[in-house]
Amino acid sequence: MHRLGLAARSTVPTGLGSGTEDILVHGVAAVCDPLGGLYLPDTGMLIVSDLHLEKGAAFARRGMMLPPYDTIATLNILAAVIARYDPKIVVSLGDNFHDRRGSEYLPENLRALIADMARGRDWIWINGNHDPDGTTDLPGTSTDELFYGGLIFRHEPSLISGHGKTRGEIAGHLHPSATVRRREKSVRRACFACDGDRLVMPAFGVLSGGLDLRHRAMQGLFNHDALVAHLLGRDRIYSVRYGSLLG
Amino acid sequence: MCSVDRIQIDGTVDLPVPFTRWFAEKGWRPRAHQLELLSRAQGGENMLLIAPTGAGKTLAGFLPSLTDLVRRGKVPPGSGFKGIHTLYVSPLKALTVDIERNLMKPVTEMGLAVTVENRTGDTPQAKRQRQKLSPPDILLTTPEQVALLLANKEAERFFKDLKYIVLDELHSLVTSKRGHLLSLGLARIRRHAPQVRTIGLSATVSDPMDLQTWLVPQGETPAPPAGLVHVTGGAPPDITIMGTEGRIPWSGHVSVYAIPEVYEQIRRHKTTLIFVNTRFQAELLFQTLWTVNEDNLAIALHHGSLDVGQRRKVEAAMADNKLRAVVATSTLDMGIDWGDIDLVVHVGAPKGASRLAQRIGRANHRMDEPSKAILVPSNRFEVMECQAALDANYLGAQDTPPVGEGALDVLAQHVLGMACAEPFDPLELYDEIISASPYADLSWEMFERIVDFVATGGYALRSYERYAKIRKQEDGRWRVSNPAIAQQYRMNLGTIVEAAELNVRLVKPNAKGTVGRGGMSLGKVEEYFVEQLTRGDTFQFAGKVLRFEGIRENECLVSNAFSLDPKIPAYAGGKFPLTTYLADQVRAMLADPKRWKALPDQVRDWLEIQQERSILPRQDELLIETFPRGKRFFMIAYCFEGRLAHQTLGMLLTRRLERAGARPLGFVATDYSLAVWGLDDIGGMIGKGRLSLSDLFDEDMLGDDLEAWLDESYMLKRTFRNCAVISGLIERRHPGKEKTGRQVTVSTDLIYDVLRSHEPDHVLLEATRRDAASGLLDIARLGDMLKRIKGHITHRDLDHVSPLAVPIMLEIGKENVPGEAHDAVLREAADELIAEALS
Repeated sequence: MHRLGLAARSTVPTGLGSGTEDILVHGVAAVCDPLGGLYLPDTGMLIVSDLHLEKGAAFARRGMMLPPYDTIATLNILAAVIARYDPKIVVSLGDNFHDRRGSEYLPENLRALIADMARGRDWIWINGNHDPDGTTDLPGTSTDELFYGGLIFRHEPSLISGHGKTRGEIAGHLHPSATVRRREKSVRRACFACDGDRLVMPAFGVLSGGLDLRHRAMQGLFNHDALVAHLLGRDRIYSVRYGSLLG
Repeated sequence: MCSVDRIQIDGTVDLPVPFTRWFAEKGWRPRAHQLELLSRAQGGENMLLIAPTGAGKTLAGFLPSLTDLVRRGKVPPGSGFKGIHTLYVSPLKALTVDIERNLMKPVTEMGLAVTVENRTGDTPQAKRQRQKLSPPDILLTTPEQVALLLANKEAERFFKDLKYIVLDELHSLVTSKRGHLLSLGLARIRRHAPQVRTIGLSATVSDPMDLQTWLVPQGETPAPPAGLVHVTGGAPPDITIMGTEGRIPWSGHVSVYAIPEVYEQIRRHKTTLIFVNTRFQAELLFQTLWTVNEDNLAIALHHGSLDVGQRRKVEAAMADNKLRAVVATSTLDMGIDWGDIDLVVHVGAPKGASRLAQRIGRANHRMDEPSKAILVPSNRFEVMECQAALDANYLGAQDTPPVGEGALDVLAQHVLGMACAEPFDPLELYDEIISASPYADLSWEMFERIVDFVATGGYALRSYERYAKIRKQEDGRWRVSNPAIAQQYRMNLGTIVEAAELNVRLVKPNAKGTVGRGGMSLGKVEEYFVEQLTRGDTFQFAGKVLRFEGIRENECLVSNAFSLDPKIPAYAGGKFPLTTYLADQVRAMLADPKRWKALPDQVRDWLEIQQERSILPRQDELLIETFPRGKRFFMIAYCFEGRLAHQTLGMLLTRRLERAGARPLGFVATDYSLAVWGLDDIGGMIGKGRLSLSDLFDEDMLGDDLEAWLDESYMLKRTFRNCAVISGLIERRHPGKEKTGRQVTVSTDLIYDVLRSHEPDHVLLEATRRDAASGLLDIARLGDMLKRIKGHITHRDLDHVSPLAVPIMLEIGKENVPGEAHDAVLREAADELIAEALS
């Protein structure tokens, strides 16, 4: 709802510093943006994850005719966040397309939109589990992992935590979300999950659901004492410690 | 089938010899309505038989086929393929099994050369395959199986010889989406077998003509309505409300307080059938009965989540009169003819007078002897409701819901099914569909939109042409694109959408603490419930206290817990809202102190104190009470319109209160009233004229406020989910077919949001809105109430909670406190509240 609301707004707020949250990941400065992107000012890099483009079409290929409007909606938000930071490099952290055939069958008008966004900057497609073969006929480079600026970028968070290997890891894949409960009301939102050592990105695609931070798939990934959920609010990031989520 | 009079036969009847001989041997004689139905059906009429339970409806329904089959005689070996002669459709699998048993008895005794078989979701694949090649004369089945058979290339061959369709429990079928699906199936069958005649069997309904037209083709030249045979009378039932020594609870839905009395009744009767409204009540009641079962009476449990094998065992034991009592939910609601039940205990309020009559009919399956039943209300409002229902049963009041307009998601499913059977001509299919009475008013434009939806999703942005599920051929007919689509259709067929469920399997943990393989399957439990368990948690299921061991693939592994204090599974749904008719009765009773005499002392005292502390509303009046409690301010509206309508009202009122600056925090709805609470003094605001109750409850809330709320409501999303599954937009989840780990699924909530923002006029949103207005939101009923109370609102601003408010106040927070702390917290809260209300 929230992300679709964003996509549907005729003007997505631009301009730096509105509602963002500055954090450190393994000592590297990073800006969590309420649109769902992570900006690294030192290297001019913008990270987005789990775009799941052409998810509707992927289902249609299997006989389920989901609405064909998800890709354009996701790309509209992506265009807004790129306009906001004008990054040198854009990293899309895997599950860029919902299935292997997604980029091949991408309609031309949408392909052109991506080409426009990539003009004048480097674009890196990290391969995900949904799209392990890279992209077809799109600007940029495909790779499984990227080491850059003291950080490691990969789609799936590595499972061994607490060791050097996960320090400075930026990953996606899990679509983290968190529930905040206060008084009788509870609110669930996608979030950046970061314990200072590693960060898991929220899913950027409008048709991708969330997985609660307390789900068993999230267990063992973070130091819960240091874990903070940076929730994507309507116009700003809300940062809540893991231990305080439920009030 | 002991459904005929035990009277010496004294004349000749117009029946083939084996029948007259059989009746004579038994010393029975067919009843007048059975013979009337027989001769009119033989004369070529479609027929509707309305009769109370025990009137021999089933035999009546089958007499036309049986006599016809006897005249046909044995089919000589080597004769060509013969399609089925009679199709019997019932809403319940259990009923088809039961009917087979009951029908085989006379068939065998008369030595008739007639084959009878049932076919349900539980029938093995090999048998189903064989049935297609060599069909029985009489096939007993469910609406889903009819749809499956029709979506097959062999459908015409299978149905072309069909003479009769017997539709059992028609009153309950026609009001649901399953009825819509079946009506479309009937329309198709008539194409294959124009000679076919329908015979509907029904309990008493408010408007028989609805069913009479349902049974015959509509469309441009509607057939005359089916003939009606209406059997009235029968001995009036003997119904009482359970008296109790225990304290009648203020709220809740469990009647544990009355267990000693219920147990005593079981001891005194031969076989007792105990009806409850939810599976949760069934589990709890069964468990509690066994804790007092000092005589080790055979008491069994029967509800829809239990394993099929378990259910069949209970049914068989019941038929053999081996059980003393069965605790059951609506899975046993309908005309199952088992054993010698001499008492029906109904736990919880029946919620509808017709439902009560139906369930009471289970006792003593003979029309001329009175059925005996005892009602056990779960709380004080239910005491009044039971009293009202009791009055209604004597008056023969009827409150069955009307036959609704055919659902669009069901239509989409049917259109795909018809393409799976053979390529269809759209004009022909349209004519066929509007011959089904629920779809008689379907416009051609809507039909085209549905076809487009089935093909490519029906989106304005036409990007899925290359993935179309059905395609138009050059001759204008539509066919399925590939065989995989037909397979997908078969997997997703049906109109019942269940929450995701896991199979519960009993295992033995070994010494090392790991669990073994194998073990008995106990039934199914909703996934959300399992997800909140951690290893070692205990819960109650299938009448046992179980220990959660873990999840393996799609199974929930459990072991026997030797604990008496389980966490109890809370099942969503299953609660029927109070019918309009009963609500009226309860309001009338509340307004008239003379009628309180019939009520137990405890309940009467409660009402009398309410009258002192606050007031009791007149029948046409809406009472609003406001009072502070804790740091909150409460507003209670006593509407008596059922939980669904109250929920909708609650959503709309909180929006309005928010705008008025009352800072509402939440609301809770029961069948009887609605409580809204907030941070500001709502009562004070009304007193000072800052808030007008007549504005607050104005009918205009059903305009913009409703629209705005629908846009973001969770209930509508749930409705949408059902529509998305039934219409085939997304696939059903199939146990055992899921991928391991995280499933590749898509959230229907997100699809809903995408559609709303990009294509608000999409046909599936239209289907959802139609469903919601009549179903979950009960908007029609809310509208009627707002009209009724205009100018009749009475407000009482109180210092503290009133006696009448206690039941709903106890519901607040129930859903927020999980686990075992639940009861203790509630108990504490209850005592405080009651003390305050009575002080």
